[in-house]
Amino acid sequence: METPLTRNIQPDRVPLDIKSSERADGYQGLRKALKELTPADVMETVKQSDLKGRGGAGFPTGVKWSFVPMGDDAPRPKYLIVNADEMEPGTFKDRLLLEGDPHMVIEGAIISAYAIQAGVGYIFLRWEYKEAERRLRKAIAEAYEAGYLGKNILGSGFDFELHLHVSAGRYMCGEETGLLNSLEGRRAIPRAKPPFPQVSGLWGKPTIVNNVETVSCVPHILRNGPDWFKGLSLTADGGTKIYGASGRVKLPGLWELPLGTTLREILFEHAGGMQDGYQFRGVLPGGASTDFLTEEHLEVKMDFTGVQNAGSRLGTGTLIVLDDQTCPVGMVQNLEHFFAQESCGWCTPCREGLPWVARTLQALEDGNGLPEDLEILAAHTKLLGPGNTFCALAPGAMEPLQSALKYFHDDFERHVREKGCPWR
Amino acid sequence: MLTDAERQEIESHVAEYPYKRAACIEALKVVQRERGWVSDESLKDIAVLLEMTPDELDNVATFYNLIFRQPVGKHVILLCDSVSCWIMGYEKMRRHLSERLGIGFGGTTPDGEFTLLPIVCLGDCDHAPVMMVDNDTHNNLDPAKIDQILDTYRKEA
Repeated sequence: METPLTRNIQPDRVPLDIKSSERADGYQGLRKALKELTPADVMETVKQSDLKGRGGAGFPTGVKWSFVPMGDDAPRPKYLIVNADEMEPGTFKDRLLLEGDPHMVIEGAIISAYAIQAGVGYIFLRWEYKEAERRLRKAIAEAYEAGYLGKNILGSGFDFELHLHVSAGRYMCGEETGLLNSLEGRRAIPRAKPPFPQVSGLWGKPTIVNNVETVSCVPHILRNGPDWFKGLSLTADGGTKIYGASGRVKLPGLWELPLGTTLREILFEHAGGMQDGYQFRGVLPGGASTDFLTEEHLEVKMDFTGVQNAGSRLGTGTLIVLDDQTCPVGMVQNLEHFFAQESCGWCTPCREGLPWVARTLQALEDGNGLPEDLEILAAHTKLLGPGNTFCALAPGAMEPLQSALKYFHDDFERHVREKGCPWR
Repeated sequence: MLTDAERQEIESHVAEYPYKRAACIEALKVVQRERGWVSDESLKDIAVLLEMTPDELDNVATFYNLIFRQPVGKHVILLCDSVSCWIMGYEKMRRHLSERLGIGFGGTTPDGEFTLLPIVCLGDCDHAPVMMVDNDTHNNLDPAKIDQILDTYRKEA
């Protein structure tokens, strides 16, 4: 089984420097792109690979790139942004790539920039990833020195400047247009779409925002071809995926596996199953803003369509496991408290609705819940659902709530009936 | 007044963007790193440098979780309160930290050594519970380990 994204990552995550990285095929994808292919060829190659965005939404990367205006009349500079603002609760996969192989991320950024003819790029990193920051700074400096960044890269005539932007902490920065506002030195509030960032993004110029894991796939696609990339997967979506698990499992961690590996295999083989004395009750398959899956979904293939057909989303592919000694109502309260706190306040349903949801769940936990509270919660999953808010934050927040109300309804009712949390 | 070193570092960030205000988050962090927090006076100085109004800059400063507009202790403890840590014993860690330090979230110890704050998911969920102290991440926490960590920072002081 091939593991292109993690093959050069050591167990202690100390990354290869640029020389060792080059000996391990680092920057070979970039050389091929710049010396043999036109930007249109690179875009077509990535389209054919069936690479879909790894940040949560799963949009085809090559198609996203194809919306960028090309040619001499296109506005300039265009921008390529790597979204390294990993803040989805229970998600820790991009940290591995940023700390473990920063040159792969940088190479992916340069190739992506070449495909859309971007002149400037930013890696948008969260403040808390201090080790990643140090390693990226070093790797960017090495890449400039080696001539992979700057003017006339490898004699191709292509110029690309790459900067590291370190944020100051806010979940909304992970939202594409919130990120753009943040990068411009503003509050990370979302922008109306259209216009889409591909046409009018950072400072009104064409802009692509791609997740760390997404750009990390690009060098390997260029080096080995789109058919090879498709062949890595067990399903129609191309490539491998960094899956992870946290919670009361025996071996919490991260594993690069073929896309489409089953939930059962990830949970019981790679994560080692539940810790002794704990039973499996459910799982958020791809971060805090995905619907719960339960025992009946263990055979689900963890790819974009498989998880969607089971009523949830692949999201970030990092499992958060709920055990029988953890209260599902308390867990959802924790999630909704997070979303209420991180709501940017721009639109009213999200700003007012999420705190109401969080307070209602807290009342259930504290023994102050009323029978009608369950209806109020259920109503909010519709009122804050898709189409009623400015961005995807509140609809995402409703996913764990609506599925918890479905799968753990008895537990919610017990909180009302027994006037408090049975787990306390 | 900004020091020459602060001003120089902020200018080096300004060079990375086509517009000055884009460097404002970096500028706030530069000042905060040197002084612990961002006072009204510092905020005004940065605003002048970046050609923003103080209101525009405060609008940004108050939005981000890690810009402090009030004084904090010598060491800032950020305890993750997100879901994986919550499952793995966050409450117990919070109670222990509060008891040991005699403060709740938002508080600073009377000797000015520690400020305790909650933080969203630190992206180290396979080693939960997790906290950061200043720039360092500490994971697989238990009460005994927290005591050791606090002692280390006290000695450092």
